[in-house]
Amino acid sequence: MSFRWPEFLRKSLIGPRLRAIFAKEMLAVLRDPRARLILVTPPLIQFFLFSFASTMEVTNIRVGVLDLDGGQWSREIVERIEGSPNMREVRALRSDAALKTAIDRQEVIAVLRFGPEFSADVAAGRPASVGAVYDGRRSNAAQIVSSYMQRIVGDVSAQTPRGSAIAVRLEGRGSGTAVRHWFNPNLDYIWFVMPALIAIIAAVSSIAVVSQSVARERELGTLDQLLVSPLRTHEILIGKMFPPIVVGLFNVTMFVILTPLVFGVPLTGSVPLFYLSLFFYLLALTGIGMLISVVSATQQQAFLGMFALTVPMIILSGYASPVDNMPGWLQAITWLNPPTWFLVVSEGTFLKAMPASDILSNTWPLAVQAAVSLWAASALFRSRME
Amino acid sequence: MIDPASHPRLARFAAMMSKETRQILRDPSTFLIAFLLPVMLLFLMGYGVNLDATSTRVGMAVEDDSGEASSLAGAYASSRYFDVVETGPLQRLRKSLVSDDIRAIIVIPQDFGRDVAAGGGEVRVITDGSLPNTASFVAGQAEGVRATWAAQRASDRGMAADPPIDLLSRFWFNPELASRNFLVPGSIAIVMTMIGSLLTALVVAREWERGTLEALMATPIGMGEFLLTKVIPYFALGIVSMALCTLLAIFVFGVPFRGSVFALFLIASVYLVPALGQGLLISSALKNQFVASQVALLTAFLPTMLLSGFVFEIASMPKPIQALTYIVPARYLIPQIQTVFIAGDDWGLFLPDMAILLAFGAVLFGLCLRFTRRRIA
Repeated sequence: MSFRWPEFLRKSLIGPRLRAIFAKEMLAVLRDPRARLILVTPPLIQFFLFSFASTMEVTNIRVGVLDLDGGQWSREIVERIEGSPNMREVRALRSDAALKTAIDRQEVIAVLRFGPEFSADVAAGRPASVGAVYDGRRSNAAQIVSSYMQRIVGDVSAQTPRGSAIAVRLEGRGSGTAVRHWFNPNLDYIWFVMPALIAIIAAVSSIAVVSQSVARERELGTLDQLLVSPLRTHEILIGKMFPPIVVGLFNVTMFVILTPLVFGVPLTGSVPLFYLSLFFYLLALTGIGMLISVVSATQQQAFLGMFALTVPMIILSGYASPVDNMPGWLQAITWLNPPTWFLVVSEGTFLKAMPASDILSNTWPLAVQAAVSLWAASALFRSRME
Repeated sequence: MIDPASHPRLARFAAMMSKETRQILRDPSTFLIAFLLPVMLLFLMGYGVNLDATSTRVGMAVEDDSGEASSLAGAYASSRYFDVVETGPLQRLRKSLVSDDIRAIIVIPQDFGRDVAAGGGEVRVITDGSLPNTASFVAGQAEGVRATWAAQRASDRGMAADPPIDLLSRFWFNPELASRNFLVPGSIAIVMTMIGSLLTALVVAREWERGTLEALMATPIGMGEFLLTKVIPYFALGIVSMALCTLLAIFVFGVPFRGSVFALFLIASVYLVPALGQGLLISSALKNQFVASQVALLTAFLPTMLLSGFVFEIASMPKPIQALTYIVPARYLIPQIQTVFIAGDDWGLFLPDMAILLAFGAVLFGLCLRFTRRRIA
């Protein structure tokens, strides 16, 4: 496999030594056909897997009903639950023991329990109550199912004789709140996931490539050959920065094209500004990956170090849960985390048509992180060479 | 010490085991993955990932100067779900919504007071839809504050408005609905996958890459023995790390532990069988550390995060993805580990899952053995 530079790059910009090391580094990354495959395939698989698997909606719900009443009003509620599009199965349970087993074995996530006097109470206008039991092991899903149940019971409640009377007294007032969701009117979860995923996959793939670079040469013993060549230290390091940035740009571009096409996520902001920010993001990631690589003695250490760093980077990025929800001291730590900044840029560019001032105020921290981490990596590299 | 003359097999086995153990103990990166990363992961999951309701930064535009408007504005300001960081005209708040400074705008429109007197009075809420979960949460809470305010006014005028049918919800096992209570035990599944599959994915590939496997093949050791000596130290590492995480979960994060220690150790041991098998298979099939590490990430770590039911509900996924979850070992671990922590021992739930995991393990180790044999021939 040969590597040819575009004419204008060969003529200008970069000196012959840098050109040579760029070509060498690209070959090192792309030479092995399996490694070539591993650079592009996993990000693509992740892209589709994440997009389909990460749903915050709860559908196909299985619930149980223990109806000791069997009257008009309990049947009304059960029928509405059965009619809800999110339900998969409404299982009739016969006893409290069956209720306990169904929840314990995770056969259902919730059970509604109607006491024997339920319909009589409702018909007579007495306050009536329904018991609901949820599986708190899956507390997140249980909470969402509970909000569905609240809505159904609330609707039925408003239609009871007493409910209508109250509505008349309160002059038929509705909920009194008009909600509009900007940037994502239907609150499509995938509109949030895809731009976030771009930030994360860029991080994972570029750090993976760069963290191996120096460690691999050290393990195989070729680093010494590189050091006795006419290349200067900074040229070696610039050469090592080249492949992860190329790989990152390639993967991100693929996703920027696929996201609107496949998932219908709007791209409302400025693409050039996005790429400007992306460039500093990739530089910052490369700096961090380089630090790992320089510190590691073997490829295994580099890989595990990379892994140990990217997992918290992703958790703190705001993808797993909003940064706003974190305690203050942890929010302060997220300021050091490149994906936290770029996630804002990516969401802003796709959904919010974010203006230049906001993009830049989320980009300069990336530039600072890049400068500091690259400087630290090269200082460490030099000191470990002597 | 074992006498090599009387027990040659045993002595060989012991020698290999001590080689592997020493290799593990000498490498600082193993400690990183087995002890430092689990602790870090638990802390991040315990403190960082918070899916529960907290207060949201909002902006408020009060366009009406009636008593009703300022009374409702006061209700929003004192709600524990809202943190009103900015007030002013809507125009300026819009910019803050784009800049991520606030997550929602609450508008109390002109003539609100007059409308309330006439039986209406609508509040407008504009959320930042780019964070869908926060947006729907804010919308729900904003409605709630408005409704509570109205009910309070009604009852002040002597009109009771409590609902005819009351839904009394109880959340079993986790009444306070702390997401920590399922995230922290779930992290233990992630930790065991990391040690079981990620660390072992590198071990055989490393010997291939460095050429030390050929040296080992020249010795009388059998391939089954060879694989076992690779597996046992990592099994021990996995169990020790799991125990550390459990102690942290109980004593630092206050996660309830209602099952038995025996059940927990059995569940963990059974899960490590397919996890180690998978790592070893990747390693012996691919022979290259970089490729093996990436494949392990993709086939072991990611599915455990995404497809195990740990974070995302399996039932809500599209059908083909649901089908895929059946071959993810962690899918069978998550319910067990959540149950043993916050519900208690339930062998009717544990045993079928354990049987499936052991079957996975048998298949994976069988494949491993075939792979190493074929390569040597």
